[in-house]
Amino acid sequence: MSQAPALRVSGSARLPEAVLFDALDLELLPARWTCLLGPSGVGKSTILRFIAGLDTQAVFQGRITSDLGPNIPRNVAYMAQEDLLLPWASIRDNLALGARLRGEPIDQERLQRLLDRVGLSKLANRKPRTLSGGQRQRAALARTLMEDKPLVLLDEPFSALDARTRSDMQDLAFSLLKGRTVLLVTHDPGEAARLAHRIVVMSDQGLVEIDPPPGDAPRAVDDPDMLAAQGRLMSRLREGG
Amino acid sequence: MRLVAGFSAAVFALALWQATVMLTGVPRFILPGPALVAETWWTSRALIAGHAVVTATEILLGLLIGAGLGIAVALLLASSRGARVFLQPILVFSQTLPVFALAPILTLWLGYGLGSKVAMAVLIVFFPVASAFLDGLLRTPRGYLDLARTMQARPLAVLWHIRIPAALPALASGLRLSAVYAPIGAVIGEWVGASEGLGYLMLLANGRSKTDLMFAALFTLSILSIALFYAMKAATEPWSRQARDDA
Repeated sequence: MSQAPALRVSGSARLPEAVLFDALDLELLPARWTCLLGPSGVGKSTILRFIAGLDTQAVFQGRITSDLGPNIPRNVAYMAQEDLLLPWASIRDNLALGARLRGEPIDQERLQRLLDRVGLSKLANRKPRTLSGGQRQRAALARTLMEDKPLVLLDEPFSALDARTRSDMQDLAFSLLKGRTVLLVTHDPGEAARLAHRIVVMSDQGLVEIDPPPGDAPRAVDDPDMLAAQGRLMSRLREGG
Repeated sequence: MRLVAGFSAAVFALALWQATVMLTGVPRFILPGPALVAETWWTSRALIAGHAVVTATEILLGLLIGAGLGIAVALLLASSRGARVFLQPILVFSQTLPVFALAPILTLWLGYGLGSKVAMAVLIVFFPVASAFLDGLLRTPRGYLDLARTMQARPLAVLWHIRIPAALPALASGLRLSAVYAPIGAVIGEWVGASEGLGYLMLLANGRSKTDLMFAALFTLSILSIALFYAMKAATEPWSRQARDDA
């Protein structure tokens, strides 16, 4: 894996009949978690899709720059809200998907190591339907890590999980993604307050950076500073960013 | 439970049929009773079996070639937007032609043997398979394709590892439908011109007022079709289960 990059997105996005966002300037710091919060429909996931080079309904006018050079999508790993595990393939085959799609040899040692780290070694030959929601999301995280990319884009990956599994997944993801530049799109102020090195709230008026709570991430779920920050973030979101 | 219900319904229908024949005294060359049909089926079993083998061969060959062509064309159309623009209207137009009307032409071109009957079955099987599979290939969930794109996937690898497996439930539907249609194609081909097969036997029996033999041949064709449908259903069940698991 190449060194964790910094990344900057500056520009505007237009939908066929409206402006999605204008004069946006978002910076991701190297090897840090940036959490992007905001109401639905404001364009958070669209920014993520622009960075990943995925199709969107919006047209982006601006620049996405990084010390990775011009081909940013090649250095991106992506994890969505749905686990996107192929139902016909075993967990092991799902982890090997990227290599298969590129026609590369599968690094079996790395695959096994990742299965061990997410605690799915014993379930590696099972189909996704036989796994719980948390186990499936751990498999999706392992598949994301199999890609070994310096820039990781997470689009509300834990939002469908129950509270306990979600906090477990947050800890696991934070530990496994250490040393990578991460952009986490989330609706959950608590998640941002636990994990972020930087918190950015997006609204129709643009981006506002909020100071994260003191202390190293991931912060404890009952950390008073984290809970206070979660409350402040919630109030801010209710006021419309 | 379903088996018992189906069996009871069949017994009831046969009893009703037999009672109608007995009570109305309708001549046997107009409507033979099920008891007579069963008797004829048993006494003519060697004759019927010989013709059934011919029809079954036509159906299976038609199914194999028609499904193969349907799958190949669906893959071609799914892989190339140009091919879709060019070929899809032709395919749709071809379905506006009544396939039954083509039977005499196929007999003229391919003769009275196996070829024209297999060609009829192929024509009937091809479209449901091609259409269902193409639909499946073009409806790959967007999330899978996004994931593949972030993985810098090669298009052929996406087709092989994602789009085809995701389209298998749709292909299973097309194949099950084609298993029902294939016998129709073969029998129509036999009606237009043949010297063997269950369709030929039905025409022959009808011409000689051997209505009981005609019903026995029809009954055999029906068993053949049901067996084919359930065999196809069993063969494609893992693909259909995949769709249910995914839902």
